[in-house]
Amino acid sequence: MIPFNELITDNLPALVVVLPLLGGLLATLVGRFAWLWSTIITGSVFLLTYTLFTAVQAGPGMRYEFGNWPYLWGIEYRIDLLNAFILLVVSGIAFIATIYAKLSVEDEIPADRHNFFYSVWLLAITGLLGITITGDAFNVYVLLEISSLTIYALIAMGKDRDPRALTASLRYLILGSVGASFILLGIGYLLMVTGTLNMADMHAQLMAMPEATQNRTILVAFAFLLVGLSLKMALFPLHTWLPKAYTYAPSAVTAMVAATATKVGVYMAFRFLFTIFGYKFTFVDMPSYHILIICAAVGIIITGLTAIRQTNAKKLLAYSSVGQIGYIVAGFALANPQGVAGSLVHIFNHAAMKGGMFMALGAVAYRVGGTNMKDLRGLGKRMPLTAGCITAGALGLIGFPMTAGFISKWYLVQGALAGGSWLLAFTILFGSLLAVIYSWKMIEAMYFREPEGKTAEATEAPYMLVLPTMALIGLSIYFGINAEFTAGTALKAAAALLPGGVQ
Amino acid sequence: MIQLEILDQVPPPLLALLIPTIGAFLIGLLGRWPNLREGATLLTAFTLFGVVTGIYTGIIDPGYWSAPAADFWTPTASTAPIVLVEMLPGIELSLKVEPLGMVYAMIASTLWILNSLYSIGYMRGNKEKHQTRFYICFALAIASVMGIAFSANMFSLFVFYELLSLTTYPLVAHKGTPHAVRSARTYLGLLVGTSVGLLLLGLIATWFITGDLTFKPGGVFTQVLADGTLTAPVLGLLFFLYMYGIGKAALMPIHRWLPAAMVAPTPVSALLHAVAVVKAGVFSVVKVIIYLFGTASLVSTASGEWLIYVAGASILIASCIALFQDNLKRRLAYSTVSQLSYITIAASMLSPMALMAAAMHIAAHAFGKITLFFAAGSIYTAAHKKNISELDGIGRRMPFTMGAFTIGTLSMIGVPPTAGFISKWYLVSGAWETGYDFVLVVIVCSTLLNAAYFLPIVYRAFFKPPPDDDHPHGEAPWPIVVAVCATAAGTVAMFFYPDVALELALQIQRGLP
Repeated sequence: MIPFNELITDNLPALVVVLPLLGGLLATLVGRFAWLWSTIITGSVFLLTYTLFTAVQAGPGMRYEFGNWPYLWGIEYRIDLLNAFILLVVSGIAFIATIYAKLSVEDEIPADRHNFFYSVWLLAITGLLGITITGDAFNVYVLLEISSLTIYALIAMGKDRDPRALTASLRYLILGSVGASFILLGIGYLLMVTGTLNMADMHAQLMAMPEATQNRTILVAFAFLLVGLSLKMALFPLHTWLPKAYTYAPSAVTAMVAATATKVGVYMAFRFLFTIFGYKFTFVDMPSYHILIICAAVGIIITGLTAIRQTNAKKLLAYSSVGQIGYIVAGFALANPQGVAGSLVHIFNHAAMKGGMFMALGAVAYRVGGTNMKDLRGLGKRMPLTAGCITAGALGLIGFPMTAGFISKWYLVQGALAGGSWLLAFTILFGSLLAVIYSWKMIEAMYFREPEGKTAEATEAPYMLVLPTMALIGLSIYFGINAEFTAGTALKAAAALLPGGVQ
Repeated sequence: MIQLEILDQVPPPLLALLIPTIGAFLIGLLGRWPNLREGATLLTAFTLFGVVTGIYTGIIDPGYWSAPAADFWTPTASTAPIVLVEMLPGIELSLKVEPLGMVYAMIASTLWILNSLYSIGYMRGNKEKHQTRFYICFALAIASVMGIAFSANMFSLFVFYELLSLTTYPLVAHKGTPHAVRSARTYLGLLVGTSVGLLLLGLIATWFITGDLTFKPGGVFTQVLADGTLTAPVLGLLFFLYMYGIGKAALMPIHRWLPAAMVAPTPVSALLHAVAVVKAGVFSVVKVIIYLFGTASLVSTASGEWLIYVAGASILIASCIALFQDNLKRRLAYSTVSQLSYITIAASMLSPMALMAAAMHIAAHAFGKITLFFAAGSIYTAAHKKNISELDGIGRRMPFTMGAFTIGTLSMIGVPPTAGFISKWYLVSGAWETGYDFVLVVIVCSTLLNAAYFLPIVYRAFFKPPPDDDHPHGEAPWPIVVAVCATAAGTVAMFFYPDVALELALQIQRGLP
């Protein structure tokens, strides 16, 4: 008989995935307690990831062999500082977004579907956490499909079954599936060459091949993976699925997906490019640096310009998200410590800011019924807390000092300078200027225009919506003033990543 | 008095930052009772003035002109920077008193008292809306100004610089009309655009190259220049990023935000866009030149000379534009653009005498220009006139206002007995000392231009008969008249008693390595 405590601590990594998976399946059975159930599950998962994080922070990495199969045959979970950090971010955002979901879901989704909603919601979280924790390349694909399919479903539940939500979801479904199959093909080719699916083993086999850069199969695998991953993380110009999907999805879904899904895509890119192919193959032998940097830089500028022209605040923020992915990609493509750290720290910072801003817009939709610019007019007086959150988030997007966005820019620009690229450094800051313009459209509308229509009668949103929003925005401010934790973790994780290989 | 004991625990520069911030809260709380609210503004202004004067008397040896008084740069417990927060290792928000910042803080805190008095008269006289927001933002802007004045490193300066742009934005957009909102957009766009696009890049590059952003005599670049990690062209590029990144200094061609900001109520134009905001710009320019780059580094690499010509061109072009402005506030704004470049040109000559001129002109121009703006607002309140062509004979109706205006004009031109004469004296001496004939030519031409665009206004006001259809009006409300006379008196007083500014300017000189 194994004591219960030990059972938990020994199987901690497995529980991170198993708990929300079972929770999701059971959510259909708990009747009207689905929301409470989901909150408990996501809360527990957050505690689990926190425990994992502290364990990894202190010691070396952690390895867990599923079903005690040796790692070359079975599925192995490997946790280092990098994915422990991402796990913490994803589960933390998921927890806060679940609390937020209650009223928003009651408002936007018919009551008879609430159980299904939370079931799918938890399964999506399962997929995202699973991708992040696993050390097995094929397992990544399986969990990617779980998260993608569930997110398509979540987006399609857009307010009042809005047909635009359905088409947005369909578009995402098609493009997302293309991306996923590219990733599957890439993994398949790698399996052909290396004969293994374990990431660390794959890396070792690739390293052992003296002419890896001459091997057509490896090159094709690399190309498929690069394109597939770019689609999944919405790197310009493969971002076209994102704006409409974010705009028409239910508010809670937008907040959760915007803050986590593309970030997990970026994490996959980290794993494939740095851990499996390794720094030398990806950034010395292959022209990935140029491809990624050019896409990122052009993306930052073009999506910034597009965001300026939007009249719907949600869509504006969606375009801004594509630009922010550009920052994250530019950072890791630089492949130097400051750049990768900037990229990592921005994954968290952007998740907090953008998640918080989408939640605030959700609160606006809850009270006013829409998120068009004219719905925002005069909001500063009517809904001061919500408007304050949008403003603080916008300052973060601009990279105003004392917000988390500044810390990201600080490292990213240093990374660009360390890479000798003044032009990229300037592009990053030029992106901030575009952010000033598009954010200011919202701020002007909120504080210097008179309210009209439903906004004129609006009152502050209920606390169940405002408090989670404030929590995320508060985090983005706190980690802008005291960035020791985020920046320190990011620098350590970046240093571990750059020599290549799983520790 | 428990409260006061707590205040004693707070280091004075931090107190200077906190008082306006607390004042802003108080103003917000008292928003429903206008008299109490304005009382809070005045009380805050007086307290701040007391604190800043306290810092001044606490650090300056009473024996003026004597041998080195308090040495700001010797590391002791009392001169160590006050660290507020450390964001990242080495990147901290910290405060430190030094003489140049002292000049700036003294001016801003002194003039805030007069400006508050003036604001009350103006905002009530013109029945402006959203007055509570106005006073809150004003107090917060002053808090940012104190932060800029006492910043111990470039990062802190950048943070407060950005906060100043942000807190003054609602003041510029105050009226909320499409024109005001559009102008405010230009204002913020240019200021934040230059600071984020250029200044921040320069800042991060400086940190990347030197790992040090602290202000200190000699600057942070001597070591990297000596061991060859930094070449002269890169230093030149950095210098360019800083000089154009500090958009508040209104160096041409990024001066357009300043005329745009004139859409704001006049007290904002007066204190912020003649004193606090624009002086934040030139103050930062001078501070960066002296304490971040170091004059020696700039001289040895010859990377700063272009600034003399750009600033000289700014002076002349802005003066020429001013000649053709009929709107009084716009003419004053272009005059400010030109006067700011006086300070920049003085700093860019890099000689001790010229640096003194820069410090002195920060003070001298502040008193003169605020007088002119006060007068413009006084005319607007009493006569509802904005254009110079309408000012015929107004001097007879508003003798105090126009008398003060004349004194301000004389200071701009540099005629004794006004403050402008003293700074111009040092500027000419500096140009003489360094042998920049170009600067001398610019000063002569610009003095003539100043006279050409200011004296006709005075002539019109006093010597032309008022138009027949003019509606009768007298002077503006008394708080306005008191304020405008006080600043005019200050302009004259500074000519006779320039000791405070001069002593601080000498301290800057002594601090140079």
